[in-house]
Amino acid sequence: MSEMMTGAEMVIRALQDQGVDHIFGYPGGAVLPIYDALFHQEKVRHVLVRHEQGAVHAAEGYARSSGKPGVVLVTSGPGATNAITGLADAMMDSIPLVCITGQVPTHLIGTDAFQECDTVGITRHCTKHNYLVKSIEDLPRVMHEAFYVAQNGRPGPVVVDLPKDIQFKTGSYVRPLSNQHKTYRPTVKGDIEHIRAAIELMANAKRPVFYTGGGVVNSGPHAATLLRELVRLTGFPITSTLMGLGAYPASDKQWLGMLGMHGTYEANLAMHECDVMINIGARFDDRITGRLDAFSPFSKRIHVDIDPSSINKTVKVDIPIVGDCAHVLEDMVRLWRQGAHQAEKVALKDWWGKIEGWRARNCLGFRNSTETIKPQYAIQRLYELTKDRETYITTEVGQHQMWAAQYFRFEEPNRWMTSGGHGTMGYGLPAAVGAQLAHPNALVIDIAGEASIQMMLQEMSTALQYNLPIKVFILNNEYMGMVRQWQELLHGGRYSQSYSESLPDFVKLAEAYGGVGIRCDNPGDLDAKILEMINVNRPVIFDCLVDKTENCFPMIPSGKAHNEMLLNDYLGETGADIGSVIDEKGKMLV
Amino acid sequence: MLQMKTHYPDATRVEPSHRRTLAIIVDNEPGVLARIAGLFSGRGYNIESLTVTETEHEAHISRITIVTTGTDSIIQQIKSQLERLVPVHRVVDLTLTGEAVERELCLVKVVGKGDHRVEAMRLASAFGARTLDATLTSFVYELTGTTDEVERFIKLMTAVGLVEVSRTGVAAMARGAEGM
Ligand SMILES: Cc1ncc(C[n+]2csc(CCOP(=O)(O)OP(=O)(O)O)c2C)c(N)n1
Ligand SMILES: [Mg+2]
Repeated sequence: MSEMMTGAEMVIRALQDQGVDHIFGYPGGAVLPIYDALFHQEKVRHVLVRHEQGAVHAAEGYARSSGKPGVVLVTSGPGATNAITGLADAMMDSIPLVCITGQVPTHLIGTDAFQECDTVGITRHCTKHNYLVKSIEDLPRVMHEAFYVAQNGRPGPVVVDLPKDIQFKTGSYVRPLSNQHKTYRPTVKGDIEHIRAAIELMANAKRPVFYTGGGVVNSGPHAATLLRELVRLTGFPITSTLMGLGAYPASDKQWLGMLGMHGTYEANLAMHECDVMINIGARFDDRITGRLDAFSPFSKRIHVDIDPSSINKTVKVDIPIVGDCAHVLEDMVRLWRQGAHQAEKVALKDWWGKIEGWRARNCLGFRNSTETIKPQYAIQRLYELTKDRETYITTEVGQHQMWAAQYFRFEEPNRWMTSGGHGTMGYGLPAAVGAQLAHPNALVIDIAGEASIQMMLQEMSTALQYNLPIKVFILNNEYMGMVRQWQELLHGGRYSQSYSESLPDFVKLAEAYGGVGIRCDNPGDLDAKILEMINVNRPVIFDCLVDKTENCFPMIPSGKAHNEMLLNDYLGETGADIGSVIDEKGKMLV
Repeated sequence: MLQMKTHYPDATRVEPSHRRTLAIIVDNEPGVLARIAGLFSGRGYNIESLTVTETEHEAHISRITIVTTGTDSIIQQIKSQLERLVPVHRVVDLTLTGEAVERELCLVKVVGKGDHRVEAMRLASAFGARTLDATLTSFVYELTGTTDEVERFIKLMTAVGLVEVSRTGVAAMARGAEGM
């Protein structure tokens, strides 16, 4: 049944028809008609952020913690350009978003009108797809198609740029029977012959390892359940990327911890020495592979990915399987069971023996102190004191992010939100806002650094406005710690501009926003203060003053291979100078 | 020889690179060409020639022909990256499906008198070029042929007074009875 309405009303109706309950936005001239349409209804709740980048990150936090697409509404010109960092972030981490941007009226496009910018031109490279809607007839289809494209295949952000005159025009709205795109049909079912070959290879593996990524989380909770089943059936060890944490429970004995640049010794060495690698939903990112020509030199590789362009992009694989993780995992579990496959028992036992040896190295061990709070200790305590609750963790970017990944243990998917691919400082606070809206009764904590938190700090005001009791847990080391660490490694310890000068008083700052501020500088008080934080039902900024000099280990320095990892006791043991570890070629890398 | 894409400054693998002709079927919607051209520049791929026009008007479908060079793995990446774009229906590597028929058209203006003028006419007829315009001092020729023929024609014409060239880029199609 078709109904006559304005373009602005169509936008809201389409959101309602898509089951959207929250959108994140900021008003302006070019979207006023849409804001007016919002005013007349209650189904779609608008969350007013304080910066458009915050809107996009909040939508990402909402999407990643709920499995639903995030929706953003911003005005033309500066509204759209402020959203760019968030869109690029969502593109890199494959987060499904629909971002509606206002545009100047169609007859003014191209005239350098007030707050005009070429939004589709600017966002072409940082969105999965984008639309400029130039006629009211196209609007209902485009709105629904945008949701289809954002969520199907490899998820990503989609921009719908909507000129103001189209928002005012009247047209007929009809919800399309299917919101599919007319030609875009990503493959979800994997080629069964390839899956069969993969199972065969796995059954004969002597030193196998699962290497899983964000694709498993994106595929939905069912994929994580199937992954757990397959890993248990096979008895193989499993590691995951930063984006994949939680898909497999960290408490399980087959779990090796995260891999990559700041991954565990056992995970990276297992990757280096394995004979069969089973990559499920990961993309051989450079933070994972380290030096490519020395990456996992002995392995045959299986790669499951929904995006064909991820296959053989940087690392050649032997058995590519294009498809959605859940679909492929289902076939894998079935075929493994049907064939009554058994892993190579004896070989697998030897392999586990080797892995246990690496584990015994206890690479995440650190020397604790009774004087100063070690950042690792702070995360450990935070984990211990929150593990029995429904806890969602977001992070900013830096050392604290890596410590969170290493020391906080995730048991479930969708509980961990971090900016992996784009590495965006400022992500964590707005993402926490989004996660808290999706899970009003959960405990949502942004593990932050004192530098990163200042990039999107204004979103504290959003948290207050909507009574979102998010917790910002700052590991305050008074440095851009990750930058300082690299300056030690690469630039002779010359700390150029990496000291966090003139820091605000975070406790007073929290209070100024109307939240609660807590400071802790003593390991003895830490537990009590963390409990205090958890128990207030209001937004909190927790200023945790930690050791200023601690570095993040293990670390695969740039230009090195998995088996050339630095451990935290490495320097002590060898007497080597940290500045001489990376060679000239490595220094060119990021 | 082009090097494989790597995270590292030195080539880790060196593979031979080839010239490839890709036919890309796309929805003829605004911005589609910018998407494709942007993909090539953003990811550092070459475009040697690009031709595009709507080929099915009712369905709003265009066919883009791109000539590029790259190693086998780069060509594979180009194909996968193109196929990832939402308005792209299909990408066919015509160079792989066998010897494709490839043609391009060029317009050449030569200006000259006396011997040069006579030589230009002789060359044009040797190549089978058509004369589209003539004045007492100039000609505009049209030549359709392979890229190599066009290149040779232009090179020779340079010696006898070439002042302007306009080329269409390559249009290509697989041989045989099968359609795309
Ligand atoms: C927007 C942005 N700008 C710059 C960087 C580069 N960068 C990465 S980590 C970092 C320092 C972060 O400092 P802080 O938030 O205090 O975290 P710490 O490393 O000290 O835990 C910087 C500047 C970035 N990732 N994002
Ligand atoms: Mg810091």
